[in-house]
Amino acid sequence: MEKTKKQEQTTTHKIGIYLWIWGLLFVLSFFSYMVDWYQFQGMLRWSLILFFMFLKAGLIMAFFMHLYWERYALVNVLLWPMTAIACFIFLMVAEFEYTVFTRLFYFVAGG
Amino acid sequence: MSDIKIEGYEFKPGFKGMAKDTGSDQTMFKGVHWGKAMMWIFLLSDTFIFSCFLISYMKGRGSTLIDWPNPSEVFGLNVFGVDVPLLLIAIMTFVLITSSGTMALAVKYGYEKNKKMCGWLILATAIGGLTFVGMQAFEWSKLIHEGVRPWENPFGAPQFGSFFFMITGFHGTHVSIGVIFLFIYAYKTFAGHYDQGKRGWFTTMKGDYVEIEILGLYWHFVDLVWVFIFAFFYLW
Repeated sequence: MEKTKKQEQTTTHKIGIYLWIWGLLFVLSFFSYMVDWYQFQGMLRWSLILFFMFLKAGLIMAFFMHLYWERYALVNVLLWPMTAIACFIFLMVAEFEYTVFTRLFYFVAGG
Repeated sequence: MSDIKIEGYEFKPGFKGMAKDTGSDQTMFKGVHWGKAMMWIFLLSDTFIFSCFLISYMKGRGSTLIDWPNPSEVFGLNVFGVDVPLLLIAIMTFVLITSSGTMALAVKYGYEKNKKMCGWLILATAIGGLTFVGMQAFEWSKLIHEGVRPWENPFGAPQFGSFFFMITGFHGTHVSIGVIFLFIYAYKTFAGHYDQGKRGWFTTMKGDYVEIEILGLYWHFVDLVWVFIFAFFYLW
């Protein structure tokens, strides 16, 4: 980082960036509450929920937790393990679909 | 961002810097405070725990043939005769975001060695967290009065209760522990422990404002987890 030399004096960012992110988080939370308020259903509801969720999570991690300014070694150590979670989600989706199938097949359809 | 400069080691940005950092002599993350690195590792492991809870919730909810209770009705409040869906949860979300913002500012003022502002903002964060826990206690007692149990509930699929108590309970525990530490750190800030470099009780580490950033990481993580719980448990 070229900032390294200056780091003895100041390491902080302007207050404006924090206030902006803070405001954005409020607005995004309000929007995600509105998704429920207006009772959107189906794909529209799910995609809006996910969109606002990832936006909020990204803002918190990038700016409040300083990952945007952090060194790549740390960022990569933190973010790559998330692919394992993605794999796990993928596996468990296949699993619950199979469970639903067997339940419908044996309990409802009667085998 | 607060990393100190190591003599004879020049930090490079980007992937080149990452390769150099990862393959560097003796230690990785040179110049990063060990407490900060360890907090990140802890948060990573905590991410996996919460992920496991949320994934098991997804699996449970996805595989039941009984209708899932409608969260916007279950968590709705009746205010002056009007049913407002999910009201309490929305307020809790705003309270937690407010406390997250004050924490971010506390970290900033900590690095500027502004003891007063930093202390008051940590105190404000603690009070926000306390409000959140209080509202969660209210929510729990309300649902328990309505007959929600880990094994049954009057609204629909019986799994609902166990996932609800497990996930929000674990998150609430995190918030409670955070609140305790926030109060301790507010005291330590006002008492000037970080200006004088006073040592803490668990460690021989000299007090420094980097500790505020480490505490901030934990607190933002609690907020981050709530973002996911809010989306998946309450809104979905």
